[in-house]
Amino acid sequence: MSIFQTELKRGWIGTVIFGGIISFMLAVCVLIYPEMKGQMDGMSEMFADMGAFSEAFGMDQLDFGTLIGYYGVECGNVLGIGGALFAAFLGIRALSGEEAGRTAEFLLTHPVRRSRVILEKLTAVLTKIAALNLFILLLAALSFLLIGESIPLREFLLIHLAYFILQVEIALLCFGLSGFLRSNGIAIGMGLAMGLYFLNLIANITEAAEFLRYVTPFAYTDAAKIVNDLSVNPGLTVLGLLYGIAVTIGGSIHYVKKDVYA
Amino acid sequence: MAVIQTKNLTKFYKKSRGIEDLSFSVEAGECFGFIGPNGAGKSTTIRLLLGLLTPTSGKGEVLGLPLSRSAEYLAEVGYMPGEAIFYNSMRAGEVIAYSAKLRRKDCSAEAKRLMEALEIDPRKKIGELSLGNRKKVSIVCALQHSPALCILDEPTGGLDPLMQKVFFDLLQERRKAGGTVFISSHILSEVEHNCTRAAIIREGRLAAVGNVSELAGSSVKRVTLRGVSTLPHGFAASSVKATDNGITFLYHGSARELITALSSLPIEDLTVTEPELSEVFLHYYEGGKAE
Repeated sequence: MSIFQTELKRGWIGTVIFGGIISFMLAVCVLIYPEMKGQMDGMSEMFADMGAFSEAFGMDQLDFGTLIGYYGVECGNVLGIGGALFAAFLGIRALSGEEAGRTAEFLLTHPVRRSRVILEKLTAVLTKIAALNLFILLLAALSFLLIGESIPLREFLLIHLAYFILQVEIALLCFGLSGFLRSNGIAIGMGLAMGLYFLNLIANITEAAEFLRYVTPFAYTDAAKIVNDLSVNPGLTVLGLLYGIAVTIGGSIHYVKKDVYA
Repeated sequence: MAVIQTKNLTKFYKKSRGIEDLSFSVEAGECFGFIGPNGAGKSTTIRLLLGLLTPTSGKGEVLGLPLSRSAEYLAEVGYMPGEAIFYNSMRAGEVIAYSAKLRRKDCSAEAKRLMEALEIDPRKKIGELSLGNRKKVSIVCALQHSPALCILDEPTGGLDPLMQKVFFDLLQERRKAGGTVFISSHILSEVEHNCTRAAIIREGRLAAVGNVSELAGSSVKRVTLRGVSTLPHGFAASSVKATDNGITFLYHGSARELITALSSLPIEDLTVTEPELSEVFLHYYEGGKAE
Protein backbone atom coordinates (compact mmCIF):
# COMPACT_ATOMS: atom_id res chain seq x y z
CA MET A 1 0.00 0.00 0.00
CA SER A 2 2.98 2.33 -0.42
CA ILE A 3 1.40 4.20 -3.35
CA PHE A 4 -1.84 4.63 -1.36
CA GLN A 5 0.02 5.95 1.68
CA THR A 6 2.11 8.33 -0.39
CA GLU A 7 -0.96 9.63 -2.21
CA LEU A 8 -2.71 10.33 1.08
CA LYS A 9 0.34 12.02 2.53
CA ARG A 10 0.87 14.16 -0.55
CA GLY A 11 -2.75 15.28 -0.75
CA TRP A 12 -3.78 15.78 2.87
CA ILE A 13 -3.18 19.52 2.97
CA GLY A 14 -5.39 20.08 -0.07
CA THR A 15 -8.11 17.90 1.43
CA VAL A 16 -8.02 19.80 4.72
CA ILE A 17 -8.11 23.19 2.98
CA PHE A 18 -10.97 22.18 0.70
CA GLY A 19 -12.87 20.54 3.55
CA GLY A 20 -12.23 23.58 5.72
CA ILE A 21 -13.60 25.99 3.11
CA ILE A 22 -16.74 23.94 2.44
CA SER A 23 -17.34 23.33 6.15
CA PHE A 24 -16.83 26.99 6.95
CA MET A 25 -19.31 28.07 4.28
CA LEU A 26 -21.87 25.47 5.39
CA ALA A 27 -21.39 26.45 9.03
CA VAL A 28 -21.88 30.14 8.18
CA CYS A 29 -25.13 29.26 6.39
CA VAL A 30 -26.34 27.32 9.42
CA LEU A 31 -25.16 29.89 11.97
CA ILE A 32 -27.04 32.73 10.28
CA TYR A 33 -30.20 30.63 10.15
CA PRO A 34 -31.67 31.88 13.49
CA GLU A 35 -31.49 35.44 12.19
CA MET A 36 -32.87 34.43 8.82
CA LYS A 37 -35.64 32.39 10.44
CA GLY A 38 -37.43 35.50 11.72
CA GLN A 39 -37.42 36.98 8.26
CA MET A 40 -38.49 33.71 6.63
CA ASP A 41 -42.19 34.12 7.26
CA GLY A 42 -43.63 34.56 3.84
CA MET A 43 -40.24 34.14 2.23
CA SER A 44 -40.81 30.45 1.46
CA GLU A 45 -43.80 31.35 -0.65
CA MET A 46 -41.82 34.01 -2.44
CA PHE A 47 -38.89 31.63 -3.10
CA ALA A 48 -41.32 28.96 -4.30
CA ASP A 49 -43.04 31.43 -6.60
CA MET A 50 -40.11 32.45 -8.82
CA GLY A 51 -41.04 30.13 -11.67
CA ALA A 52 -38.23 28.36 -13.48
CA PHE A 53 -35.62 29.75 -11.10
CA SER A 54 -37.38 28.10 -8.13
CA GLU A 55 -37.74 24.86 -10.06
CA ALA A 56 -34.11 24.84 -11.11
CA PHE A 57 -32.90 24.97 -7.50
CA GLY A 58 -35.73 22.89 -6.01
CA MET A 59 -36.99 25.85 -3.99
CA ASP A 60 -40.56 25.19 -5.08
CA GLN A 61 -40.60 21.97 -3.08
CA LEU A 62 -38.59 22.83 0.02
CA ASP A 63 -39.86 24.83 2.96
CA PHE A 64 -37.33 27.58 3.70
CA GLY A 65 -39.04 28.04 7.03
CA THR A 66 -37.60 24.78 8.31
CA LEU A 67 -33.91 24.35 9.02
CA ILE A 68 -33.63 21.20 6.90
CA GLY A 69 -35.39 22.90 3.97
CA TYR A 70 -33.04 25.87 4.21
CA TYR A 71 -30.04 23.56 4.71
CA GLY A 72 -31.04 21.39 1.74
CA VAL A 73 -30.85 24.31 -0.68
CA GLU A 74 -27.69 25.82 0.81
CA CYS A 75 -26.05 22.41 1.01
CA GLY A 76 -26.85 21.90 -2.66
CA ASN A 77 -25.05 25.09 -3.56
CA VAL A 78 -22.04 24.74 -1.31
CA LEU A 79 -21.44 21.01 -0.85
CA GLY A 80 -22.86 20.13 -4.27
CA ILE A 81 -20.63 22.39 -6.33
CA GLY A 82 -17.65 22.43 -3.95
CA GLY A 83 -17.67 18.68 -3.46
CA ALA A 84 -18.11 17.97 -7.16
CA LEU A 85 -15.15 20.18 -8.04
CA PHE A 86 -13.02 18.55 -5.35
CA ALA A 87 -13.91 15.05 -6.57
CA ALA A 88 -13.27 16.03 -10.19
CA PHE A 89 -9.90 17.53 -9.27
CA LEU A 90 -8.80 14.40 -7.42
CA GLY A 91 -10.06 12.01 -10.06
CA ILE A 92 -8.75 13.75 -13.14
CA ARG A 93 -5.22 14.14 -11.75
CA ALA A 94 -4.93 10.68 -10.24
CA LEU A 95 -3.33 8.89 -13.19
CA SER A 96 -2.61 11.65 -15.69
CA GLY A 97 -0.93 13.80 -13.02
CA GLU A 98 2.04 11.42 -13.03
CA GLU A 99 2.57 11.94 -16.76
CA ALA A 100 1.82 15.65 -16.62
CA GLY A 101 4.26 16.07 -13.71
CA ARG A 102 6.71 13.75 -15.48
CA THR A 103 6.95 11.47 -12.46
CA ALA A 104 5.41 8.47 -14.25
CA GLU A 105 8.88 7.41 -15.33
CA PHE A 106 9.94 7.25 -11.67
CA LEU A 107 6.86 5.37 -10.49
CA LEU A 108 6.50 2.90 -13.35
CA THR A 109 10.14 1.87 -13.48
CA HIS A 110 9.71 0.24 -10.10
CA PRO A 111 8.41 -3.33 -9.85
CA VAL A 112 4.77 -2.30 -9.64
CA ARG A 113 2.04 -3.47 -11.97
CA ARG A 114 -0.03 -0.70 -13.46
CA SER A 115 -3.12 -2.43 -12.09
CA ARG A 116 -1.66 -1.90 -8.61
CA VAL A 117 -1.07 1.77 -9.39
CA ILE A 118 -4.71 2.09 -10.48
CA LEU A 119 -6.08 0.27 -7.44
CA GLU A 120 -4.03 2.16 -4.88
CA LYS A 121 -4.59 5.56 -6.48
CA LEU A 122 -8.33 4.95 -6.77
CA THR A 123 -8.46 3.85 -3.14
CA ALA A 124 -6.62 7.02 -2.15
CA VAL A 125 -9.07 9.21 -4.12
CA LEU A 126 -12.08 7.53 -2.50
CA THR A 127 -10.48 7.72 0.95
CA LYS A 128 -9.87 11.45 0.55
CA ILE A 129 -13.49 11.97 -0.52
CA ALA A 130 -14.73 9.94 2.44
CA ALA A 131 -12.48 11.89 4.81
CA LEU A 132 -13.64 15.21 3.36
CA ASN A 133 -17.30 14.26 3.75
CA LEU A 134 -16.85 12.96 7.28
CA PHE A 135 -15.07 16.18 8.24
CA ILE A 136 -17.83 18.30 6.68
CA LEU A 137 -20.58 16.17 8.22
CA LEU A 138 -19.14 16.57 11.71
CA LEU A 139 -18.65 20.33 11.39
CA ALA A 140 -22.13 20.77 9.87
CA ALA A 141 -23.65 18.78 12.76
CA LEU A 142 -21.66 20.88 15.21
CA SER A 143 -23.00 24.08 13.67
CA PHE A 144 -26.57 22.74 14.07
CA LEU A 145 -25.87 22.15 17.75
CA LEU A 146 -24.28 25.59 18.13
CA ILE A 147 -27.51 27.32 17.12
CA GLY A 148 -29.46 25.08 19.49
CA GLU A 149 -31.43 23.31 16.78
CA SER A 150 -32.04 19.59 16.88
CA ILE A 151 -30.74 17.72 13.86
CA PRO A 152 -33.36 15.96 11.74
CA LEU A 153 -30.93 13.10 11.61
CA ARG A 154 -32.37 10.98 8.82
CA GLU A 155 -32.85 13.84 6.36
CA PHE A 156 -29.51 15.33 7.32
CA LEU A 157 -27.62 12.05 6.80
CA LEU A 158 -29.48 11.22 3.57
CA ILE A 159 -28.62 14.61 2.07
CA HIS A 160 -24.95 14.10 2.95
CA LEU A 161 -25.04 10.51 1.70
CA ALA A 162 -26.41 11.69 -1.65
CA TYR A 163 -23.61 14.24 -2.03
CA PHE A 164 -21.03 11.64 -1.05
CA ILE A 165 -22.32 9.30 -3.76
CA LEU A 166 -22.33 12.19 -6.24
CA GLN A 167 -18.69 12.91 -5.47
CA VAL A 168 -17.80 9.23 -5.81
CA GLU A 169 -19.51 9.11 -9.21
CA ILE A 170 -17.76 12.24 -10.47
CA ALA A 171 -14.43 11.01 -9.10
CA LEU A 172 -14.91 7.67 -10.90
CA LEU A 173 -15.82 9.41 -14.17
CA CYS A 174 -12.78 11.66 -13.94
CA PHE A 175 -10.50 8.84 -12.77
CA GLY A 176 -11.48 6.83 -15.85
CA LEU A 177 -10.87 9.81 -18.14
CA SER A 178 -7.54 10.36 -16.41
CA GLY A 179 -6.39 6.98 -17.72
CA PHE A 180 -6.72 8.31 -21.29
CA LEU A 181 -4.99 11.65 -20.70
CA ARG A 182 -1.36 12.68 -20.77
CA SER A 183 -1.84 16.22 -19.48
CA ASN A 184 -3.39 16.72 -16.05
CA GLY A 185 -6.77 17.61 -17.59
CA ILE A 186 -7.96 19.81 -14.73
CA ALA A 187 -10.03 21.88 -17.14
CA ILE A 188 -11.74 18.70 -18.37
CA GLY A 189 -12.54 17.60 -14.83
CA MET A 190 -13.84 21.01 -13.73
CA GLY A 191 -15.79 21.35 -16.98
CA LEU A 192 -17.37 17.95 -16.51
CA ALA A 193 -18.41 18.70 -12.91
CA MET A 194 -19.92 22.07 -13.81
CA GLY A 195 -21.49 20.68 -16.97
CA LEU A 196 -23.29 17.98 -14.98
CA TYR A 197 -24.47 20.62 -12.50
CA PHE A 198 -25.98 22.75 -15.26
CA LEU A 199 -27.57 19.71 -16.91
CA ASN A 200 -29.47 19.20 -13.66
CA LEU A 201 -30.66 22.82 -13.67
CA ILE A 202 -31.91 22.35 -17.22
CA ALA A 203 -33.59 19.04 -16.30
CA ASN A 204 -35.36 20.81 -13.42
CA ILE A 205 -36.59 23.68 -15.58
CA THR A 206 -38.14 21.89 -18.52
CA GLU A 207 -39.95 18.59 -18.82
CA ALA A 208 -38.55 18.16 -22.31
CA ALA A 209 -35.10 17.79 -20.78
CA GLU A 210 -36.14 15.49 -17.98
CA PHE A 211 -34.19 12.62 -19.53
CA LEU A 212 -31.07 14.49 -18.36
CA ARG A 213 -31.92 13.30 -14.85
CA TYR A 214 -30.59 9.92 -16.02
CA VAL A 215 -27.32 11.56 -17.02
CA THR A 216 -26.38 13.92 -14.21
CA PRO A 217 -25.65 12.77 -10.65
CA PHE A 218 -27.04 16.06 -9.31
CA ALA A 219 -30.50 14.63 -10.03
CA TYR A 220 -30.33 12.25 -7.07
CA THR A 221 -28.99 14.95 -4.74
CA ASP A 222 -32.22 16.95 -5.07
CA ALA A 223 -32.74 17.78 -1.39
CA ALA A 224 -36.47 18.43 -1.88
CA LYS A 225 -37.02 14.88 -3.10
CA ILE A 226 -34.75 13.40 -0.44
CA VAL A 227 -36.61 15.26 2.35
CA ASN A 228 -40.05 14.43 0.95
CA ASP A 229 -39.30 10.75 0.10
CA LEU A 230 -36.89 10.15 2.99
CA SER A 231 -34.63 8.27 0.61
CA VAL A 232 -32.02 8.84 -2.08
CA ASN A 233 -33.42 7.68 -5.43
CA PRO A 234 -31.90 4.17 -5.68
CA GLY A 235 -32.42 3.82 -9.44
CA LEU A 236 -30.60 7.04 -10.32
CA THR A 237 -27.88 6.34 -7.77
CA VAL A 238 -27.12 2.86 -9.09
CA LEU A 239 -27.25 4.13 -12.69
CA GLY A 240 -24.84 6.95 -11.86
CA LEU A 241 -22.41 4.64 -10.12
CA LEU A 242 -22.57 2.26 -13.08
CA TYR A 243 -21.57 5.15 -15.39
CA GLY A 244 -18.64 5.89 -13.12
CA ILE A 245 -17.55 2.26 -12.85
CA ALA A 246 -17.82 1.75 -16.63
CA VAL A 247 -15.66 4.79 -17.40
CA THR A 248 -13.16 3.77 -14.70
CA ILE A 249 -12.87 0.27 -16.16
CA GLY A 250 -12.44 1.70 -19.68
CA GLY A 251 -9.77 4.15 -18.52
CA SER A 252 -7.98 1.47 -16.51
CA ILE A 253 -7.83 -0.95 -19.45
CA HIS A 254 -6.35 1.82 -21.59
CA TYR A 255 -3.89 2.89 -18.87
CA VAL A 256 -2.55 -0.65 -18.39
CA LYS A 257 -1.66 -0.87 -22.09
CA LYS A 258 -0.75 2.70 -22.93
CA ASP A 259 2.70 3.93 -23.83
CA VAL A 260 4.17 6.18 -21.16
CA TYR A 261 6.60 8.77 -22.44
CA ALA A 262 7.55 10.63 -19.24
CA MET B 1 24.31 -15.20 -20.21
CA ALA B 2 22.62 -12.24 -21.87
CA VAL B 3 21.11 -9.81 -19.39
CA ILE B 4 19.55 -7.76 -22.18
CA GLN B 5 18.69 -9.22 -25.55
CA THR B 6 16.72 -7.63 -28.34
CA LYS B 7 15.83 -9.08 -31.72
CA ASN B 8 14.50 -6.81 -34.47
CA LEU B 9 13.02 -4.60 -31.79
CA THR B 10 10.96 -1.90 -33.48
CA LYS B 11 8.91 0.99 -32.17
CA PHE B 12 6.92 3.43 -34.24
CA TYR B 13 4.93 6.31 -32.76
CA LYS B 14 2.08 6.20 -35.23
CA LYS B 15 4.04 6.94 -38.41
CA SER B 16 7.16 8.41 -36.90
CA ARG B 17 10.14 6.20 -36.27
CA GLY B 18 11.40 5.44 -32.78
CA ILE B 19 13.72 2.50 -33.40
CA GLU B 20 13.79 -0.04 -36.17
CA ASP B 21 15.06 -3.64 -36.20
CA LEU B 22 17.34 -3.16 -33.24
CA SER B 23 19.19 -6.36 -32.34
CA PHE B 24 21.88 -6.45 -29.69
CA SER B 25 22.73 -8.17 -26.43
CA VAL B 26 24.38 -7.17 -23.20
CA GLU B 27 26.19 -9.90 -21.29
CA ALA B 28 26.19 -10.35 -17.53
CA GLY B 29 28.86 -8.37 -15.74
CA GLU B 30 29.73 -6.01 -18.57
CA CYS B 31 29.43 -2.26 -18.80
CA PHE B 32 27.71 -1.54 -22.08
CA GLY B 33 27.62 1.88 -23.67
CA PHE B 34 24.74 2.99 -25.87
CA ILE B 35 25.80 5.94 -27.95
CA GLY B 36 23.81 8.27 -30.14
CA PRO B 37 22.72 11.89 -30.38
CA ASN B 38 19.32 13.21 -29.35
CA GLY B 39 16.51 11.66 -31.36
CA ALA B 40 18.53 8.62 -32.40
CA GLY B 41 16.29 6.27 -30.40
CA LYS B 42 18.26 5.79 -27.17
CA SER B 43 15.43 6.81 -24.86
CA THR B 44 12.91 4.80 -26.87
CA THR B 45 15.10 1.72 -26.47
CA ILE B 46 15.44 2.30 -22.73
CA ARG B 47 11.69 2.86 -22.31
CA LEU B 48 11.01 -0.37 -24.17
CA LEU B 49 13.44 -2.22 -21.90
CA LEU B 50 11.71 -0.73 -18.84
CA GLY B 51 8.21 -1.65 -20.03
CA LEU B 52 7.06 1.95 -20.40
CA LEU B 53 6.46 1.41 -24.11
CA THR B 54 5.11 -1.60 -25.99
CA PRO B 55 7.12 -2.66 -29.06
CA THR B 56 5.51 -2.32 -32.47
CA SER B 57 7.30 -5.52 -33.49
CA GLY B 58 10.30 -7.60 -32.57
CA LYS B 59 11.25 -9.13 -29.26
CA GLY B 60 13.27 -8.30 -26.22
CA GLU B 61 14.29 -9.92 -22.97
CA VAL B 62 15.67 -8.49 -19.76
CA LEU B 63 17.15 -10.84 -17.16
CA GLY B 64 15.66 -13.75 -19.08
CA LEU B 65 12.10 -12.43 -19.04
CA PRO B 66 10.18 -10.96 -22.00
CA LEU B 67 9.52 -7.22 -22.06
CA SER B 68 5.85 -7.87 -21.30
CA ARG B 69 6.88 -9.05 -17.80
CA SER B 70 8.68 -5.85 -16.87
CA ALA B 71 6.96 -5.57 -13.48
CA GLU B 72 8.77 -8.77 -12.48
CA TYR B 73 12.26 -8.06 -13.74
CA LEU B 74 12.22 -4.42 -12.63
CA ALA B 75 12.73 -5.73 -9.07
CA GLU B 76 16.32 -6.46 -10.15
CA VAL B 77 16.79 -3.34 -12.25
CA GLY B 78 17.99 0.06 -11.10
CA TYR B 79 17.07 2.88 -13.46
CA MET B 80 18.51 6.35 -13.48
CA PRO B 81 16.53 8.66 -15.79
CA GLY B 82 18.13 11.49 -17.69
CA GLU B 83 16.08 14.25 -16.14
CA ALA B 84 15.63 12.92 -12.58
CA ILE B 85 12.17 14.34 -11.92
CA PHE B 86 10.48 13.51 -8.63
CA TYR B 87 7.58 14.78 -6.54
CA ASN B 88 8.48 18.36 -5.68
CA SER B 89 6.65 18.34 -2.36
CA MET B 90 8.67 15.38 -1.05
CA ARG B 91 12.04 15.50 0.64
CA ALA B 92 15.08 13.73 -0.84
CA GLY B 93 15.04 11.12 1.93
CA GLU B 94 11.32 10.51 1.44
CA VAL B 95 11.77 9.87 -2.30
CA ILE B 96 14.58 7.40 -1.59
CA ALA B 97 12.49 5.64 1.09
CA TYR B 98 9.46 5.60 -1.24
CA SER B 99 11.55 3.99 -3.97
CA ALA B 100 12.63 1.26 -1.52
CA LYS B 101 9.03 0.74 -0.35
CA LEU B 102 7.87 0.32 -3.95
CA ARG B 103 10.41 -2.48 -4.15
CA ARG B 104 9.20 -3.90 -0.83
CA LYS B 105 12.81 -4.00 0.35
CA ASP B 106 14.60 -2.58 3.35
CA CYS B 107 17.42 -0.68 1.73
CA SER B 108 18.01 1.74 4.59
CA ALA B 109 21.63 0.75 5.33
CA GLU B 110 22.74 0.91 1.68
CA ALA B 111 20.74 4.11 1.13
CA LYS B 112 22.52 5.73 4.08
CA ARG B 113 25.92 4.69 2.75
CA LEU B 114 25.14 6.02 -0.73
CA MET B 115 23.71 9.28 0.59
CA GLU B 116 26.89 9.83 2.59
CA ALA B 117 29.10 9.03 -0.41
CA LEU B 118 27.14 11.41 -2.62
CA GLU B 119 26.71 14.07 0.08
CA ILE B 120 22.93 14.17 -0.09
CA ASP B 121 20.95 16.05 2.53
CA PRO B 122 17.85 13.87 2.97
CA ARG B 123 15.86 16.74 4.54
CA LYS B 124 16.01 18.94 1.44
CA LYS B 125 12.81 19.28 -0.55
CA ILE B 126 13.04 17.98 -4.13
CA GLY B 127 11.69 21.29 -5.43
CA GLU B 128 14.70 23.06 -3.92
CA LEU B 129 17.31 20.76 -5.48
CA SER B 130 19.42 21.50 -8.54
CA LEU B 131 19.57 19.03 -11.43
CA GLY B 132 22.87 17.70 -10.09
CA ASN B 133 21.44 17.07 -6.64
CA ARG B 134 18.32 15.46 -8.08
CA LYS B 135 20.64 13.24 -10.13
CA LYS B 136 22.35 12.20 -6.92
CA VAL B 137 18.97 11.24 -5.45
CA SER B 138 18.25 9.18 -8.54
CA ILE B 139 21.62 7.42 -8.21
CA VAL B 140 20.61 6.29 -4.71
CA CYS B 141 17.19 5.18 -5.98
CA ALA B 142 18.90 3.21 -8.76
CA LEU B 143 21.56 1.54 -6.61
CA GLN B 144 20.20 1.18 -3.07
CA HIS B 145 18.66 -2.26 -3.73
CA SER B 146 21.90 -3.64 -5.27
CA PRO B 147 20.31 -4.41 -8.65
CA ALA B 148 21.55 -7.07 -11.05
CA LEU B 149 21.20 -4.56 -13.91
CA CYS B 150 21.66 -0.79 -13.85
CA ILE B 151 20.15 1.15 -16.74
CA LEU B 152 21.47 4.68 -16.79
CA ASP B 153 20.24 7.35 -19.16
CA GLU B 154 22.70 10.23 -19.61
CA PRO B 155 23.82 9.68 -16.01
CA THR B 156 26.44 12.37 -15.54
CA GLY B 157 24.57 15.42 -16.82
CA GLY B 158 24.51 17.97 -14.01
CA LEU B 159 27.07 16.13 -11.86
CA ASP B 160 30.31 17.95 -11.07
CA PRO B 161 33.57 16.12 -11.97
CA LEU B 162 34.14 15.06 -8.37
CA MET B 163 30.69 13.49 -8.14
CA GLN B 164 31.14 11.89 -11.55
CA LYS B 165 34.16 10.10 -10.16
CA VAL B 166 32.23 8.98 -7.06
CA PHE B 167 29.43 7.81 -9.33
CA PHE B 168 31.68 5.75 -11.59
CA ASP B 169 33.41 4.27 -8.52
CA LEU B 170 29.97 3.17 -7.27
CA LEU B 171 29.24 1.60 -10.65
CA GLN B 172 32.57 -0.18 -10.53
CA GLU B 173 31.60 -1.57 -7.11
CA ARG B 174 28.32 -2.80 -8.55
CA ARG B 175 30.12 -4.54 -11.40
CA LYS B 176 32.58 -6.18 -9.02
CA ALA B 177 29.56 -7.54 -7.16
CA GLY B 178 28.37 -9.13 -10.40
CA GLY B 179 26.07 -6.38 -11.64
CA THR B 180 25.66 -5.35 -15.26
CA VAL B 181 25.63 -1.73 -16.36
CA PHE B 182 23.93 -0.25 -19.42
CA ILE B 183 24.81 3.40 -20.02
CA SER B 184 23.11 5.52 -22.61
CA SER B 185 25.16 8.58 -23.39
CA HIS B 186 26.31 11.03 -25.97
CA ILE B 187 29.46 11.76 -23.99
CA LEU B 188 31.88 9.50 -25.77
CA SER B 189 34.76 9.80 -23.34
CA GLU B 190 32.44 8.55 -20.62
CA VAL B 191 31.72 5.40 -22.62
CA GLU B 192 35.30 5.02 -23.78
CA HIS B 193 36.67 5.16 -20.23
CA ASN B 194 34.04 3.11 -18.44
CA CYS B 195 32.48 0.65 -20.86
CA THR B 196 33.78 -2.62 -22.21
CA ARG B 197 31.41 -2.78 -25.18
CA ALA B 198 29.27 -0.23 -26.93
CA ALA B 199 26.62 0.15 -29.60
CA ILE B 200 26.17 3.16 -31.81
CA ILE B 201 22.60 3.97 -32.76
CA ARG B 202 21.80 6.09 -35.76
CA GLU B 203 18.36 7.22 -36.86
CA GLY B 204 16.75 4.40 -34.93
CA ARG B 205 18.96 1.68 -36.31
CA LEU B 206 22.06 0.01 -34.96
CA ALA B 207 25.05 1.49 -36.76
CA ALA B 208 27.75 -0.54 -35.02
CA VAL B 209 28.28 -2.71 -31.98
CA GLY B 210 31.44 -4.15 -30.51
CA ASN B 211 34.21 -3.78 -27.95
CA VAL B 212 35.00 -0.17 -27.27
CA SER B 213 38.62 -0.74 -28.25
CA GLU B 214 37.53 -2.53 -31.43
CA LEU B 215 35.09 0.23 -32.32
CA ALA B 216 37.76 2.84 -31.84
CA GLY B 217 40.22 0.77 -33.84
CA SER B 218 37.82 -0.58 -36.44
CA SER B 219 38.46 -0.26 -40.13
CA VAL B 220 37.71 3.43 -39.78
CA LYS B 221 41.04 5.26 -39.89
CA ARG B 222 42.05 8.86 -39.45
CA VAL B 223 44.09 9.76 -42.55
CA THR B 224 46.12 12.96 -42.68
CA LEU B 225 47.70 14.16 -45.93
CA ARG B 226 50.25 16.93 -46.32
CA GLY B 227 50.60 18.91 -49.52
CA VAL B 228 47.03 18.22 -50.64
CA SER B 229 44.00 20.46 -50.21
CA THR B 230 41.28 18.47 -51.99
CA LEU B 231 40.34 14.82 -52.35
CA PRO B 232 39.63 13.03 -55.64
CA HIS B 233 36.07 13.44 -56.88
CA GLY B 234 33.77 10.72 -55.53
CA PHE B 235 36.23 9.59 -52.85
CA ALA B 236 34.26 8.28 -49.82
CA ALA B 237 35.53 10.12 -46.77
CA SER B 238 33.91 11.71 -43.77
CA SER B 239 34.81 14.30 -41.15
CA VAL B 240 36.96 16.05 -43.77
CA LYS B 241 38.92 19.01 -42.38
CA ALA B 242 41.61 21.26 -43.78
CA THR B 243 44.88 21.44 -41.84
CA ASP B 244 47.71 24.02 -42.05
CA ASN B 245 49.19 22.51 -45.19
CA GLY B 246 47.00 19.59 -45.97
CA ILE B 247 43.81 17.74 -45.22
CA THR B 248 42.57 15.17 -42.71
CA PHE B 249 39.60 12.81 -42.97
CA LEU B 250 38.08 9.56 -41.74
CA TYR B 251 38.33 6.66 -44.13
CA HIS B 252 36.38 3.43 -44.02
CA GLY B 253 37.66 0.79 -46.42
CA SER B 254 40.66 -1.27 -47.43
CA ALA B 255 44.22 0.07 -47.45
CA ARG B 256 44.66 -0.99 -51.10
CA GLU B 257 41.68 1.09 -52.24
CA LEU B 258 42.94 4.04 -50.22
CA ILE B 259 46.41 3.89 -51.80
CA THR B 260 44.94 3.51 -55.30
CA ALA B 261 42.61 6.45 -54.80
CA LEU B 262 45.33 8.72 -53.46
CA SER B 263 48.11 7.66 -55.84
CA SER B 264 47.41 10.46 -58.31
CA LEU B 265 47.66 13.20 -55.65
CA PRO B 266 50.85 15.23 -54.98
CA ILE B 267 51.13 13.97 -51.39
CA GLU B 268 54.15 15.15 -49.40
CA ASP B 269 53.38 13.04 -46.34
CA LEU B 270 50.69 10.57 -45.26
CA THR B 271 49.74 9.50 -41.73
CA VAL B 272 47.19 6.81 -40.85
CA THR B 273 46.14 6.60 -37.18
CA GLU B 274 43.54 4.85 -35.06
CA PRO B 275 40.68 7.25 -34.52
CA GLU B 276 39.27 8.25 -31.14
CA LEU B 277 35.86 6.75 -30.34
CA SER B 278 34.41 10.21 -30.84
CA GLU B 279 35.76 10.20 -34.38
CA VAL B 280 34.26 6.80 -35.06
CA PHE B 281 31.00 8.15 -33.77
CA LEU B 282 31.19 11.14 -36.11
CA HIS B 283 32.03 8.84 -38.95
CA TYR B 284 28.78 6.98 -38.43
CA TYR B 285 26.89 10.23 -38.25
CA GLU B 286 28.41 12.08 -41.13
CA GLY B 287 27.26 9.80 -43.88
CA GLY B 288 29.43 6.86 -42.93
CA LYS B 289 27.81 3.59 -43.78
CA ALA B 290 27.00 1.16 -41.00
CA GLU B 291 28.93 -2.07 -40.95
